[in-house]
Parts: sequence; structure tokens; C-alpha cells
Amino acid sequence: MNAQTGYNFAYVDESTKRMIRRAILKGVAIPGHQVPFGSREMPLPYGWGTGGIQVTASILGPSDVLKVIDQGADDTTNAVSIRAFFRRVAGVATTERTAEATVIQTRHRIPEHALTERQILVYQVPMPEPLFRLEARVAETKRMHALADYGLMHVKLYEDIARHGHIATSYNYPVMVDGRYLMSPSPIPAFDNPKMDRMPALQLFGAGREKRIYAVPPYTAVRSLDFEDHPFRPIRAPHACTLCGSRESYLDEVITDDRGGKMFVCSDTDYCAERQAAKAAAE
Amino acid sequence: MSFALRAENLGKSFTLHLQGGVTLPVLRALDLSVAPGECVALSGPSGAGKSTLMRCLYGNYGAGSGCILIRHHGAPVDLATADARLVREVRRDTLGYVSQFLRVIPRVPCLEIVAEPLTARGMARDEALARAEALLTRLNLPPRLHHLPPATFSGGEQQRVNLARGFAPGYPVLLLDEPTASLDAANREVVIGLIAEAKARGAAIVGIFHDAEVRDRVADRLFDVAPITEAA
Amino acid sequence: MSALLSARGLELRFGRIAALDGVDLDIWPGEVVAIVGESGSGKTTLLRVLSGLVPPDAGGVIFDGQDVLGMNEAARRNLMRTQWGFVHQNPRDGLRMGVSAGGNIGERLMATGARHYGNIRAAAADWLRRVEIDPDRLDALPRTFSGGMQQRLQIARTLVTHPRLVFMDEPTGGLDVSVQARLLDLIRALVAELGLSVLLVTHDIAAARLLAHRILVMRQGQVVEQGLTDRVLDDPQHPYTQLLVTSVLAA
Repeated sequence: MNAQTGYNFAYVDESTKRMIRRAILKGVAIPGHQVPFGSREMPLPYGWGTGGIQVTASILGPSDVLKVIDQGADDTTNAVSIRAFFRRVAGVATTERTAEATVIQTRHRIPEHALTERQILVYQVPMPEPLFRLEARVAETKRMHALADYGLMHVKLYEDIARHGHIATSYNYPVMVDGRYLMSPSPIPAFDNPKMDRMPALQLFGAGREKRIYAVPPYTAVRSLDFEDHPFRPIRAPHACTLCGSRESYLDEVITDDRGGKMFVCSDTDYCAERQAAKAAAE
Repeated sequence: MSFALRAENLGKSFTLHLQGGVTLPVLRALDLSVAPGECVALSGPSGAGKSTLMRCLYGNYGAGSGCILIRHHGAPVDLATADARLVREVRRDTLGYVSQFLRVIPRVPCLEIVAEPLTARGMARDEALARAEALLTRLNLPPRLHHLPPATFSGGEQQRVNLARGFAPGYPVLLLDEPTASLDAANREVVIGLIAEAKARGAAIVGIFHDAEVRDRVADRLFDVAPITEAA
Repeated sequence: MSALLSARGLELRFGRIAALDGVDLDIWPGEVVAIVGESGSGKTTLLRVLSGLVPPDAGGVIFDGQDVLGMNEAARRNLMRTQWGFVHQNPRDGLRMGVSAGGNIGERLMATGARHYGNIRAAAADWLRRVEIDPDRLDALPRTFSGGMQQRLQIARTLVTHPRLVFMDEPTGGLDVSVQARLLDLIRALVAELGLSVLLVTHDIAAARLLAHRILVMRQGQVVEQGLTDRVLDDPQHPYTQLLVTSVLAA
């Protein structure tokens, strides 16, 4: 162990961890329900994953293997620095391989590889309240959750179809958890929504600025809202990955020059690298 | 003989609170009984209280004292004490009233106005409209007017719409307040015919008829409403 | 048959002012009841107490066998979006101004489980027709509508789920006289067609005469006179009712 002396394991003090774990347990007990918690100051600004870090710090043990992704990539600034942070304050092993990780902190994506029961997925959440654009009063949104009064969310989807001919919401697409609570899946692409349904891994959501934690326990039903005649459809760019050729994965559009050149590559860098390696080995 | 409508010891006075609480007595200890198939014409000088009596009989004015019994579905109901819902039910099924003036409902065409009391009693809409059409035609209201709201009609035309509405349901008790006042001779004949038919099917009718000829032809007897002379 | 809504002994004081002073009320299925009286007579307070929005100091309210004042928020909201409707004086209080006409009408359907976009849309278009708004305006925002159209849209949005009891608070309040007449006639026709029970709060005697079967006259928190609409208006007994009736120009 190479944790720096003078610091608690994984940065956060034990009583804070206890408070956060209680919130997590409550969240697990009430799937999809937003549990308030006493969000602490973290050594990075709001919007950079303060909620996710606090959740990760509270569940991390010395034997865990941590993976951090930002928009699917392990090598972006946010992912690199959070990984480095936990390596330094907790001394845990880190990895870029989805299959090797026991805890995966993510911003805006779910890995392409199916997760397992021995893994936990921690989402960074900017705005936990799915109704906030529709109902400005927080007290009223709480009441709507308490009473499962969610007609308004369907009004939003109705307006989408009326205006655009289809449901135009392509990320942060609202879901019903266990048939009871309306939940924001965080700004993941709607493409990832089906992966949340009955996922074997525990899913935890941390919103640092908004001071909310919520959870989806393993194998919980997560249904994307839709209409019978306008069913939910996960959408991806209709291309193959330029690097690995995948036609299943979620793609990022990359601008390659200033003359309109572009290519589509997997947003999940680990998935893409693995496929490229397999292809190279086969050749 | 059993009655269709009977007022017993009926009294009515008006207390004008805005004029220092002065009380104007209009009807006192009035007894009137009308049998099925009988037509009673109210007589008496203008201001004697004929219209007040009619309005009391319809429940439009509350009775000050006494009772107003009306045979409703075979059993007597006292309109003086019946609650609002029961009065509405009596008006729907038993008691009709043709006033001198049509209270026009904006934008509702004649046919609907006449058919409305029929559908309220459960008649199918098509049947109700057909009967309304027939009655308006019989009262010589040109078909081109049937689908128009009567707000812009002449007094006589409005009166005929009013008559059609009052006669269409075949009420067992019918109150007629100057039903022929603004009608020409031909239409007066139609109304006399309607009254005769209503009597023949057993309707009890109380009416105010200023037209002596009409009165003599339809009324079985006169009932004198005498003015109350002394002040309260 | 029993009363649909029944209130007994309602009392509510705001400081020294009695907003409700021993009010009893029954509304029967299919009955339209108007509460008339001047501003501050307690009409709107009565509406809010009857619909469970404001708890009274004393008294009880029963709707269809259920204790309205004792029920929890979930049950009351469920009543609000299924069996009850509320038409506000200001359509802005009853409409979502940022949501299309179709979305406004569809909301109650969706809140009660409708999940077929095409059917919701068809129902919304049908209701626009019924309140005499061109179905071409289905996707238009209410703020592009005139005041009378907004009020008709609010009525469509309220009646789309066929509530059994509709509370109306001065529904023709802020409208031009010509628009009022059309709206009143529309309400009258819909109420008769759907067999609705309505509690109408108004200070417009003509509106009460046109719509209501029965009238309650309120003054200083008390019902001073009540009964059959035409009898109360044509043969008023209480000094206050006589004042109210004679203050209206004959139409």
C-alpha cells in the first residue's frame, strides 16, 4: 500500500463515508429514489464528478480495481486525473480494461462489455431530477415522485413527437425504475438505456452539486418511457467504427481536418482497442 | 273526483326589503282544484295576481302559506315544500309552463329548444327532433327557421317556439300564460286545437287568456282571482 | 341515490373574519349548483375547502362516500385528475402555457395511463372541435390563443377524462361580453351532454341563471338563501338576495 500517511483511506473521512454509505443503502432499498446526502468539498470543481468521486471513495476497498471513463474513454483529462487521484489517496489498482475492473466510475456512458455481478458502476450526475425542466418547484417535484404522478413526463415526450415526429430526446432519456420511480439515467446516450435494464452490476448515481445519491440494484427492471405507437428505440450513428469496424458499439464523430473530413470511432476506447488487438492477432 | 293540481289555502305576499320592508299581499287563502282533462281560465282584473298565481303553481315563486299539490307519477307532491331537485323532476315529467316570452338561450336553434325537454325525459334524440319538427311545422313556423336560434325572430315566431316547447312533451299539467297573445288567427286555431288535444288525453290546464274567444272555446270554467284591497 | 358531494357545518376563520360560517351543501349527480355573492363573501374559499385545498376549522366534506378532508394527498390528487375537474378564472392557472394545445388536453389522459400517442392526439383533436377550436391548432401554444380560446382550451383539458364533478371559479371572469355568451353556451351544452355535476362560483347572475339548476347566495361566510335558480332569482326572500338581483340590469 502506498497511500500517503496523514490521509484517511480513499481521501474521505470515515464518518462521511458512513453517511454516504447510508445514503447508498437507502438508495438501493428504494430503487430510483433520490436520497439527499451531505455532499463534501472535493479537490475538483462541481461538474467534474464530485458526486461520483464521493460515492466511489465510500465503496472502494484496498483490493478493488478501479476504472474511470469519461464519454467512454479512459484517456481523457477527467478520467486520467480521477484515476490518478484514487491511485494516490487509496493506493488501489487501476485499469482501463472493463472486464478487470471491480468499480467503474463513468461520465456519460455505459461500457459496451456487459457488466457482471462482481462489478459496481458509479455514474457522475449533473442533474438528478428528471422533472426539473418541466416543473420548476422542487417541493412539487418531490410530491410528484412521492405520488408517482408522472403524467407530465409523458407530456414532454408527447411534445417531442408533435414537434419533431419522433421522440427527440437522445441522451438523459428518462426511465422508470422497478415500475415505481422516474429516474434520470444521467446524460448517457439513449443508446445505453437498455443496458441498465436488469443489469447484473450494482448501479450507483452521485450528484455532488445537487447533493443526491440514487441507485439501481442488480437485476432491477429499468424501462425507458415511450408510447405504444412510438416505442423507445436506441439510436446510434449508422456507420461502422473506422478503427475496429464495429457495427454494434456507440460511435463518436471525430472531425479529422478543417475541410469537413470526419470519421466515426467507438466511444468506448477499451472495447475498440480490444477488437483492434483481436483483429491484429487474427491477421 | 281526483285532482291533477290543487292549491289549498294558498297565500303569497312580497316583502320588499329594499323599500323599508313593506309587505305587499297578493294572494290570500286561495283554493283551486283542477281535474285531469279540465281547463280552468283565470279571470280578474289586471294586477289581481293571476300571473303571481301561475308562477306559484309552477314553483317559480315560493308559496307564502298553504300548499300546492300536484299529482306526480301518481302521488301528490307539495310544491310549496318540495326541495329544488324534486321541483325540477316534477317540471321535467309532470308540469309544463308556457310563458308569454321565450327565454332565449343564445346560439341554440329552435329544433333543439323544442326537443330539449323531450330528451331530458329520456326520448331518443332522433325521435325528439322529429316530434319537434312536426310541432313547429304545425304551428306554421317555416322550415328554414327551424335550424336558427330564435333570438332574432319576431314576437309571434318566438311565441310559437315557446308553445311547441310547452306542448311537445305532453305534460299531465300545463300552465298557459297568454298563449295566443301575439298570434294571428290561423295560429290561434292551431293553439286551440293543441289545447283541445291535451285535454282529451287528460291534461289539466290552467291558463290566462285575455282573448275572450279563445277562452270561451277552451275553458271549462272560470276561476276568479280577486284583488286584495286592504294594505298590510 | 345519494349526493355526490356533501358538506356539513363548514367553519373557517381568517383572524376575525369568518370566511365560512356554518355552511352546508349537497351536490347531486348531474346537478349544476351556482354559488353567488359579492367579492369576499366566501365563495372561492368554499370552493377551495370543498376541493380539499384548504382545511376548514370545523366541518366535513364527503365525496361519493369518501371523506375528502381526511384523505391523504395521493388519494386527493387521484380524485383531482380522474373524478374532479377544476376550471380557473385565469386560464394561465389551468393551462401549461409552454405546452401545445394537444399536450395540454392530453396531460390528464397521460396522467391516468394513456400511452398511445395516436389515440391521445385523436382525443385532443376531437376535444378541440367540441370546444369550437380549429383542430389545425393542435400543435399551437396556448399563448397564441385569444382569452376566450384559452378558456375553452382549459375546459377541454378538464373534461377530456369525463370527470364527475367540475369546480368552476368565475369561468367567464375576464372575458368580453360577446365571448362570455359563447362560452356559457358551450359550458351549458357540454354539462348537459356529459351529465356533469358542477359547482360554479360566480358573481354573474346571468351566468348563474343560464347554467345553474340551483343557487346558493353567500354573504359574509354564510349561505343566506338557497333553492331553485329561477325561484331564488325571481322571488328572492333575503334582503341581500333582493339587493343582488335588483342590482343586475335586466337582459
